[in-house]
Amino acid sequence: MALTRKDIQALVQDDRVHRDLYVSQELFALEQRHFFANTWQFVGHASQVPAAGDYFSVEIASQPLLMVRQADGGIRVLHNRCAHKGMPLSTDACGNTGKFWRCPYHAWTYKLDGTPLAFPMKKGYEGTRMPESEAGQGMGAVKDVEVYRDFVFCKFSEGGPDFRSFFGGVLAAIDNLVDRSPTGKLRVEGGILRNVIHCNWKMYLENINDTVHPQSAHESATQAANLLWQGKPADEPKPMAMEQILPFGAGYDFFDRMGGRVYPNGHSMLGVNFSIHSGYAQVPEYEAALQAAHGAERTAEILQRSPQNSVFFPSLAVKSSPQAIRVIRPLAADRTLVEAWSFRVDGAPDLLFERSMTYNRLVFSPMSVVAHDDVHLFESIQQGLQSDHNEWVSLHRDFDASELEGGTREVNGTNELLMRNQFRAWARYMTVDME
Amino acid sequence: MTPQEFIAYEARLLDEARYDDWLTLFAADGRYWVPLKGAAQAEGEPHNALADEDHLLLSLRVQRLKNPKAHSQHPRSRSQHVLQVSQQLKGDAYSCELHTPFLYIESRGSRQLLLAGSATHRLVRAGDAWRIRLKRVDLLDAGEPLPAIQLFP
Repeated sequence: MALTRKDIQALVQDDRVHRDLYVSQELFALEQRHFFANTWQFVGHASQVPAAGDYFSVEIASQPLLMVRQADGGIRVLHNRCAHKGMPLSTDACGNTGKFWRCPYHAWTYKLDGTPLAFPMKKGYEGTRMPESEAGQGMGAVKDVEVYRDFVFCKFSEGGPDFRSFFGGVLAAIDNLVDRSPTGKLRVEGGILRNVIHCNWKMYLENINDTVHPQSAHESATQAANLLWQGKPADEPKPMAMEQILPFGAGYDFFDRMGGRVYPNGHSMLGVNFSIHSGYAQVPEYEAALQAAHGAERTAEILQRSPQNSVFFPSLAVKSSPQAIRVIRPLAADRTLVEAWSFRVDGAPDLLFERSMTYNRLVFSPMSVVAHDDVHLFESIQQGLQSDHNEWVSLHRDFDASELEGGTREVNGTNELLMRNQFRAWARYMTVDME
Repeated sequence: MTPQEFIAYEARLLDEARYDDWLTLFAADGRYWVPLKGAAQAEGEPHNALADEDHLLLSLRVQRLKNPKAHSQHPRSRSQHVLQVSQQLKGDAYSCELHTPFLYIESRGSRQLLLAGSATHRLVRAGDAWRIRLKRVDLLDAGEPLPAIQLFP
């Protein structure tokens, strides 16, 4: 029997969620059609396609897509499927298609925006229904595409909220990242680290907002780091790796005091007061360049705020320092692709780029010493949830009935509201277009 | 030990989980590097790596593996290197460079991961022994989505 709107909403209670959210293949299939279509997904960054005809392949909610730079400088997101028989127009991860697309199978061609250009044996189609059919309409472009300060997002469904009302206040996290450049430009560089994790995507996303796990989950990495660093004088300059790994060992109190903020629609910001990134050494000549561009007041504001993570629900997590993002691409109920991207900040010293790459390598690489324990825990939880003894996952910590009013709200950094907020948005956008 | 014997010995130490002994094979300025673009990545190119570790980070990794709270090591990972014969690219009495294609199997519980690639070792003479100045591991699939790799390909 098919799941109804009511069945699905019953899986998300005020202070706990049902395990089916993580383990059910049926719900995953429904997510593809409803939840992902109704929400805004991160596609890519404009710097990946600098010139006309440049493209970048991406799969979102099982949809093969191409992010393409147009001749007029705009960016479009096309369905990567020939209108004829379904051949992708490109099977490369990225490249330049020239002035038009040409299908390798039967040489049907399309303009950069996906509209039909030509096809061989034109005569054979005269008098047929092909031109009026789907096959005659070209590749098809995703209608709802928004480029916010070079971050490209799209939404598949026609209904649902517009871009700004969906993300709202959390867009300040992209501003904080981009404003770290005196020229307002970032470039994706240094490669993308790609991990396949055998857990549900919501479990990964939930953990981005979890500050209670580092002390126990990352004990092995932080103890090893402390062992190697102990006895060093307090003023000894830390190697970048130590500067980045040691703060993971901060205690419960530190993470509680860092503070969090939830926004409507599942978004959140963790570390609104300070974070494990706040202690990175400052770079005076870079600060001076920022002040020249933004003025002293705005510069101080930008550099003071280094949130732990800002979640653009459901597919993007941003770290404005060390200029890194994680992109979450669900593959199956129990399989998730997680990517870590580094940014080069235009007009900033190489040190910032090195920080971005080093952080991603130390913390988000498939060979990371910090992530091994996380990945093991997620993959094990995926198994543990098979237990019939208890079908619920607890999200009770710091629950307060007044939070059910919704809206933007500031809380302590260890508050599970950041996760409850995600699941409430999940239930809403999963069922908004269901009978 | 000839350089070729040294390479085989190094792999054996890893597969026997003798990580402290393995660490002593590295020179003080030794580096273990797994570039993200694999063999296509030039040395010095500003591009990331799956791992890029100096002596301090390698020690951290080995320390962590010994820690009972290393959750991902319950159960423990095991590794098996299957090496081709190392080809010596250059060298004299004091330093040399070798190229060794390999298959690498890492297994944990009932799950097994197979990686292919080639290693480039830059060795230096220290007294009567060889030491690793650089071990560069070029994985065939370095840029593809990968599951956790916990030990040392």
